[in-house]
Amino acid sequence: MTESFINARPATVMRPPAPPKKWTRGRVIGHLLVGLWTALLIGLLVYLYSAWNIELIQKYGPTYLEGLKTTIGLVGSSIVLGALISIPVALGRMSKNPIAASIAYAYVYFFRGTPLIAQVFLFYYGLGSFKPQLESVGLWVFFREAWYCALLAFALNTAAYQAEILRGAIRSVPLGQWEGAASLGVSKFVTFWKVILPQALIVALRPYGNEIILMIKGSAIVALITVYDLMGYTRLAYSRTFDFQAYLWAAIIYLILVEILRHIWDWLERRITRHLIR
Amino acid sequence: MEGSIALLGFGEGGWGPSIASGVLVTVSLALATLPIGLVIGFFIALGKQSLEPSVKLAANMYTTIFRGLPELLTLFVVYFGAQIGIQKLGQLLGYGGTLEINSFIAGMFALGVVFSSYASEVFLSAFRAIPKGQYEGGYAIGLSNGQTMRMVILPQLIRIALPGLANLWMILLKDTALVSAIGLADILRQTGVAARVTKHAFLFFGTACMIYLVLAILSSFVIDAIERSSAKSGVKR
Repeated sequence: MTESFINARPATVMRPPAPPKKWTRGRVIGHLLVGLWTALLIGLLVYLYSAWNIELIQKYGPTYLEGLKTTIGLVGSSIVLGALISIPVALGRMSKNPIAASIAYAYVYFFRGTPLIAQVFLFYYGLGSFKPQLESVGLWVFFREAWYCALLAFALNTAAYQAEILRGAIRSVPLGQWEGAASLGVSKFVTFWKVILPQALIVALRPYGNEIILMIKGSAIVALITVYDLMGYTRLAYSRTFDFQAYLWAAIIYLILVEILRHIWDWLERRITRHLIR
Repeated sequence: MEGSIALLGFGEGGWGPSIASGVLVTVSLALATLPIGLVIGFFIALGKQSLEPSVKLAANMYTTIFRGLPELLTLFVVYFGAQIGIQKLGQLLGYGGTLEINSFIAGMFALGVVFSSYASEVFLSAFRAIPKGQYEGGYAIGLSNGQTMRMVILPQLIRIALPGLANLWMILLKDTALVSAIGLADILRQTGVAARVTKHAFLFFGTACMIYLVLAILSSFVIDAIERSSAKSGVKR
C-alpha cells in the first residue's frame, strides 16, 4: 500500500510559473541607460549617414588604411623589439649582483615613471641637439627619421613593462618546480626553458595582451611628432576639412582593432589553459 | 653645465618660473580629475555587478568604448566635439560670436572618463573580494541598503581597492602630459616652448621627465602613508 503511494508520483513536476518581473527602480534605470546608449549609437549612425561624403571618403579613406598599416607596423615591431630587450632587463632585475639589479631597476623606474609622450619627445627632439656628435658616428640617418625615433622610444618603453611582466611570471612559478627538475639532474637552462617558462607564459599571457593594447592606444601620440599613423592621417584630414567625422571614423577603427585583439587573446587564453580546467 | 643651471633657474633668462607654473597645472589637473574618475568609476562598478542585465550591459558598453579608444583620441574627440557642440548651441540660441572651450575642462573630462573606466574594473574586483556575509550581516542588524553600503562595504572596499587605484593614479599623472597637445600649459608644453626657444631640447625634455619622476616618487610616499593608515583600521584576516 505504502509502496504504491510512493510510486504514485506525477511524471513531471509542476512548477509554479515564474513571477512577472517587476519594474524596480534598478530595472527602469537600466533600460533608460541602455536606451541612452542606443540613442547615442543611432545618433552616430545618422550623423555619419547624413555627413556621408563620397569625395571625402575617396580622398581620405586610403590614407586611413595607410595610417592603420603604419600603426600596426610600429606597434608590432616595437613589441617584438621590446620583448628582446626585456629579457636582459628581467634577468638584471632578478640578479643577485647589486650593480646589475640597480641598473635594471633604474631603467624600469625611469621608463615606467615618465609619460611615453615625454620619452618620445626626448628621443626625437632631444637627440636632435646632439646632431654633430651623431653625424660623426654615422647614426644621424637613424635619428633623423621620426619613425625610427618613435620605434626606439616605444621599444625601450615597452621593454620596461614587459620585463616586469616576465619577472612577475617567472617569480609566480613555485620554487619546487626548480627543485624538482634539479633533483632529476636537469640542467638549469633546460629547466628554465622546458619547465619554468611554459608555466610562466600562461601567467604572463593576460598582462602581455594588455600591454599590446596599451601600445596600440599609446602609439597614437606619434602623430604629434609628424609620423603619419592612423591618428596622424586623422589629424591631417581634420585640419584640411574641419569635418568632425574624421575623428569618429578613427575612433571606430581603433575600437574595432582593440576589440579584435581582445577576442583573439581570450581565445588564446582558453586554448592554452585547457589542461588546467577541472 | 653652468649654462644649463642658468637656463633652468629662476633668475634672468631662466625658465624656472614657467616650468614651475607647468608643474602646478599638471598637478591641479590630475587632482581635479581624480574625484570625477573615482565617483563615475564607482557607479559603473555598481552597475557591472548589478543583477539587472540591462544595467550590466550599459556599464559594460561604457568600459568597452573608453578603454578601447586611445587617450589622445578621446581627448581630441571631447575637445573638438564639445567645441562644435557649443558652437551649434550658441547659434541655436542666436549667439553669433565664437565660443572657446577651456582646454583644462576638456582635459579633465576626457581623462576622468578614461580613469573611471579603468577604476570601475578595480572597484569591481574589490566588490567581488568582499564576502556576501558582510551584506547579510548589515541587513541583519537592520541597516538599509544605502547604510550597509556606506558603513559596512565602502570602508572595506576602499582598503582592497587602494593598490589598484594607486596604480591608476600613476597612470593618470602620466596621461596628463597628453593635454599639452590641446594647448594646456602643463609641464610638457612649457618645457617644449623652452626647448624650441633655447634649442636645448635634450636638457628641457630631460628635465620634464625628471619632474614626472619626482612627482611619481612623491605620490608613492603619499600612497604608502594612506595605505598604512587604512591598514591600521582594518581587521587582520
